[in-house]
Amino acid sequence: MKKNLITAFLMTIATTILLGIIYPLVVTGLAQLFFPRQANGELIEAKGTVVGSRLIGQAFSGPAYFHSRPSFAGYGYQADNSNGSQLGPTNHALIDRVKSDTEALNAENPNVPVPVDLVTGSASGLDPDITPAAAKFQIVRVAKARSASQQQIAQIVARNTQGRQWGFLGEPRVNVLELNLDLNAHFPMTGH
Amino acid sequence: MTVNGWFQILFFLLLVFLVTKPMGVFMTRVFNREKTFMDPVMRPLERLLYRVTGVDEDHEMRWTEYAIAMLLFSVVSMIVLYLMQRLQQYLPWNPQKFGPVTPAHVAFNTAASFTTNTNWQAYAGETTMSYFTQMAGLAFHNFVSAATGIALAIAFIRGIARRQMKTIGNFWVDLVRGCLWVLLPFCVVGALALVSQGVVQNLHPYETVKLVEPMQVQKTDASGKPMVDSHGKPVMQTVTEQTIAQGPVASQEIIKEFGTNGGGFFNANSAHPFENPTPLTNLIEMVAIFTIGAGLTYTLGRMTGSQAHGWAVWSAMAILFLAGVMVAYWAEARGNPLLTGVNPHVTALQPGGNMEGKEVRFGIADTALFGTVTTDASCGAINGWFDSFTPLGGMIPLVNIMLSEVIFGGVGAGMYGMLIYIVLAVFIAGLMVGRTPEYLGKKIEAYDVKMAMLVVLVFPLVILAFTAVSSVNGFGTSSIANQGPHGLTEMLYAFVSGAGNNGSAFGGLTANTLWYDTTVGLTMLAGRFLMIVPMLAIAGNLAEKKYVPPSLGTFPVTTPLFTVLLIGVILIVGALTFFPALSLGPILEHLLMMAGKTF
Repeated sequence: MKKNLITAFLMTIATTILLGIIYPLVVTGLAQLFFPRQANGELIEAKGTVVGSRLIGQAFSGPAYFHSRPSFAGYGYQADNSNGSQLGPTNHALIDRVKSDTEALNAENPNVPVPVDLVTGSASGLDPDITPAAAKFQIVRVAKARSASQQQIAQIVARNTQGRQWGFLGEPRVNVLELNLDLNAHFPMTGH
Repeated sequence: MTVNGWFQILFFLLLVFLVTKPMGVFMTRVFNREKTFMDPVMRPLERLLYRVTGVDEDHEMRWTEYAIAMLLFSVVSMIVLYLMQRLQQYLPWNPQKFGPVTPAHVAFNTAASFTTNTNWQAYAGETTMSYFTQMAGLAFHNFVSAATGIALAIAFIRGIARRQMKTIGNFWVDLVRGCLWVLLPFCVVGALALVSQGVVQNLHPYETVKLVEPMQVQKTDASGKPMVDSHGKPVMQTVTEQTIAQGPVASQEIIKEFGTNGGGFFNANSAHPFENPTPLTNLIEMVAIFTIGAGLTYTLGRMTGSQAHGWAVWSAMAILFLAGVMVAYWAEARGNPLLTGVNPHVTALQPGGNMEGKEVRFGIADTALFGTVTTDASCGAINGWFDSFTPLGGMIPLVNIMLSEVIFGGVGAGMYGMLIYIVLAVFIAGLMVGRTPEYLGKKIEAYDVKMAMLVVLVFPLVILAFTAVSSVNGFGTSSIANQGPHGLTEMLYAFVSGAGNNGSAFGGLTANTLWYDTTVGLTMLAGRFLMIVPMLAIAGNLAEKKYVPPSLGTFPVTTPLFTVLLIGVILIVGALTFFPALSLGPILEHLLMMAGKTF
């Protein structure tokens, strides 16, 4: 009993040093050596300033931008406070929220059912993507705000659409931040 | 549901099938202390560890000493984790300058949670824990609690395999070999694979970036409440920056899955893009969750000299896995009928379905699959919130844990949980033919069955007792986020998750209260240690028994008939115990949802 107790203490210390300190530091070193861009969060620069991470969504509300999904990470896309809405399927708060968001979206693009991901919150609250359906739904508004044709905007959407990984993993998606940066580069807004 | 979705699910099961034998053979060699290709690196390290900790590697333990060593190690390392959280402001690698983890009951809950391989999280990682606590406290426990689980399963298997012996191995040796040979090498490789896909791995402070479009948000006061002016209008402010959490994530992410721990670096767990950025990382993480559990079925067959029995157990697991994922995928793909004006249907441009609390890159199939896998095993990582699943979709994770997570299962814990069910299955078969039951040449007698029943009964007892108390008291119900039957499910899930050492949650429940921190903490400890001790008692008792050669009257444990019987016992014991609670929670909610009722 006493011998095992001493071993328990020493084993805790020894394995903490090996598995809790040396292991993560070695992995950090290797990661920084071989994959520095990924290991540091795939940051995107535009005009010399870091404007975000390719993997972390941002909120957009202006008509000239494609909008991300609703977010419940802090005050919305708060990237040090990830969370979802935690609303259950029969919670009237969820039903009412979706109803009012759907009505607002239908005002800009009437008579088209709203793609479900555009009015539902993601799990992380930081989802960088929307579905191609949600992007297509917003083309009408963005084209008008940017004084571009819907076809031109659709082309930008198409080249920012990622298919399934390896052809079958996951779902097709459009990265909203990259799409909007691409838009800014090709269809700059006047007055900005 | 889509063909592509089903293809992904079957592809995943194929990968699990393919890793079963290599992993099983490897673990057999490691724990039989035979030569492996890693010996040149690991053997010197192993010897060094024994020297500094005073372990005699040739010493064999009876089940009682094995249990005591395991308990002492758990207690000591749990106290260290508690202190580490309370003192993290004095420790290194704390670029965000987090203070101690407060209040004390959250630190207790977390220490119990990570020591028991549960990883229930009453805190949000990125706003609470320093990098040091994450690495040396939480990820460390991810290793050793997993290795402890594997050691216990191996000890149980030795109990079956050994004949007329009093000992079942040496806990310290099994622990160290599990860490060094099984967990560590895979984690180094796996962590780098995750980094290559975008899982972050650094010790930098959080990154501040300039938003492309500034956003208007409602101001909050010091206590976090949204502020309104004297006319009741919200007070707005402009936010121009985004603070992006960083950290040594990949090294923790991989052991979190491989050791079926499940505790996320970030609050959103494997839904967070820095923990699980692509569908490929999602696949790697899911396969990692099942690898050891699947491998142990092969180890069971190999160590006991009955490979067909190992595969019969594997088959029972695979069938239960498929049944669960089928229901979860179906329910989530159907979506929420209460939402109006939205298009929830599958098209070429979207997967449709119930997307609240799910990520676009995973869609419905990968989220339903992940949710099933993480609760078949005692992992508890999530890539979508169960609280926002449809009632029947959310019932699958709940039921999976209620079945004691024996479907491939937690590392080690799944195997010894399954062995308890097997003992009961052969006992019932023995009753039916009127003979003393035998299992792989060992007579199963009154003592073994009593101990097995103890394991089986502790589980519902703690769950139902605590849920019942919570549901009729203000300190329990005030934590509920969603009213109606869903609220009962939230409370039930907390204790099921705790007792099953799973750690996933219906996340709406406010868990960091004195009541839930304390009771879920105790539930986790009971769910781990009150099950391990009787389990080891059976192992020790079996090891001492004589070998009885199979005869005509022996119920064979290698046939499809056995697989069916085993599934039957699992479902009867697990499901019937909890059916009343399920009918008041998810089943009732489903019926009310179909009738258009909201809360």
